[in-house]
Amino acid sequence: MALLEVRDLGKSFRGLRAVHAVSFDVDEGAIVAMIGPNGAGKTTCFNLIAGVFPADSGEVRLGARRIDGLRPDQVCRAGIARTFQVVKPFPQLTVEENVIVGALKATPGVAQARREAMRVLALLHLDGKAAEPAASLTLPERKRLEVARAMATRPRLLLLDEVMAGLRPTEVDEMVGVFRRINAETGLTILLIEHVMRAVMALAARIVVLHHGEKICEGAPEDVVKDPQVLECYLGAEAEL
Amino acid sequence: MATGAGRQTARAALALGGLFVVLLVLPAFANPYVLSAAILVLYFAYVGQAWNLMMGFAGQLSLGHSLYVGLGAYASAALFVHYGISPWIGLVAAVAVSLAAGAVIGFLAFRFGIGGVYFALLTIAFAEFTRIGFDHFDWVGGSGGFFLPVKEHGVTDLANLRGPPVMFYYIALAMAAGAFLAAWRLRASRIGYYWLAIRENEDAAQALGINTFRYKMLAILFSSAMTALAGVFFAFYYNNLFPEQIFSMARSIEIILGPIIGGLGTLFGPVLGAFVLTFLGDGLTEVTDAFGIQIPGLKQVFYGVALLVVVVFVPNGIWPALARRLGFGPAKKGE
Repeated sequence: MALLEVRDLGKSFRGLRAVHAVSFDVDEGAIVAMIGPNGAGKTTCFNLIAGVFPADSGEVRLGARRIDGLRPDQVCRAGIARTFQVVKPFPQLTVEENVIVGALKATPGVAQARREAMRVLALLHLDGKAAEPAASLTLPERKRLEVARAMATRPRLLLLDEVMAGLRPTEVDEMVGVFRRINAETGLTILLIEHVMRAVMALAARIVVLHHGEKICEGAPEDVVKDPQVLECYLGAEAEL
Repeated sequence: MATGAGRQTARAALALGGLFVVLLVLPAFANPYVLSAAILVLYFAYVGQAWNLMMGFAGQLSLGHSLYVGLGAYASAALFVHYGISPWIGLVAAVAVSLAAGAVIGFLAFRFGIGGVYFALLTIAFAEFTRIGFDHFDWVGGSGGFFLPVKEHGVTDLANLRGPPVMFYYIALAMAAGAFLAAWRLRASRIGYYWLAIRENEDAAQALGINTFRYKMLAILFSSAMTALAGVFFAFYYNNLFPEQIFSMARSIEIILGPIIGGLGTLFGPVLGAFVLTFLGDGLTEVTDAFGIQIPGLKQVFYGVALLVVVVFVPNGIWPALARRLGFGPAKKGE
């Protein structure tokens, strides 16, 4: 059953068609990747789903509920958490406090939120940094903090925007392991934008490919990487996977 | 690590308790001058704490807090002078008027996404046109001033806030301590976490499910209500109100200097800043007077220099730097 339904989504910025007639589903419990060259409209797609700005056309549904037109905080409370490609930590707060802010959405009080925050931090191997200010973290750590904060809101759907970028291959494998485990244990549905194909191939059951704001292909990873259109626009330059 | 933090908290609590006891017995040893200076310190500690909720916690810069002081002062004083209503009842009206002003400003700014410098300008504008309005508001004396009747010395009438400086000292102490506790409780609550998140990054806060409009409104409402009580105190302590003074930009700046110099977003910052500014500022004037030199505006120059020194050497304020020295731990997060 589809948890997220995106239908005919469209958005233009001053005449530039950033996203045009994009439709796809994300099934409950699935991990779906969205790939495409830079400027393909992936992050715009995320921002439309997350309510950062309104869509010009189309519909977004989470379960039975229409969520297009909602504000970002309403989308989050509806059950969608997202990370930012350009990370946005709360720099002067500690790592723990950063995650508590997220956890407060799903807990009745600060004490429970603190427990939940520590649990999520341990999951992402950030518990050793809990008392440090977020400003002191390295970029890969900040990416993990983004994930921890989003996960602490206990979403039904997690939107990950390039959280693997800048990680070493072993760190990518570790993150892949974390997401697989969470997905298997809690059934959390994940939609991720990712350039690191190592992660995409290891995680995603299905891939949606965007190019110039339009969906050019969708399917299982092994089919998508053989698709001539995809190879031409995206994988042509780096055909060895 | 955890026990270290616990020890730091215990030490801070002990120091705070000690300070409170000293302040409790202070009037027994203080001469009238020290007592009046101490009242000023506590007044600025209180109102600085109220302003700090908005700027230090929620990150919304108000440069027009004299508006709420003035409205609170005039509302309670007018009810007392015209109808003989006790300030303890009048303060309800003072808070209500101030809340209404805060709600209007907050709604206009936050509903239409006015932030940063533009929000600060809006707060100045409101304080300024209210000042001009009160200049022509004859029911409360207009620009000629509004005066509360002063009873003979030696009579303490707590119900009507008429009495000697010692009475006002203890009221100011109760207010400053109450504001400190309120800020501490708020800081540790959901509201406090959400305010800090909005201050640090509003987009990220919203993405985590925080209704940023609602929480920014809460910040201005809490702050304006608390500041109105400072106005009530001001009116009954000084017994005279002039729009040119109470609503002036200079008063707003005086309010915010303490928290900035002491440490924005910290609990001790407003207290420490009020102490440093009042005692050093007044002390400096005393010293020059003793040498027979009268320099008008010396205190203002001192404020400027103090601000400059803090911004250059301890941009986060004196308290975070001092707290580390005193072993109260990294007080960066304001605990």
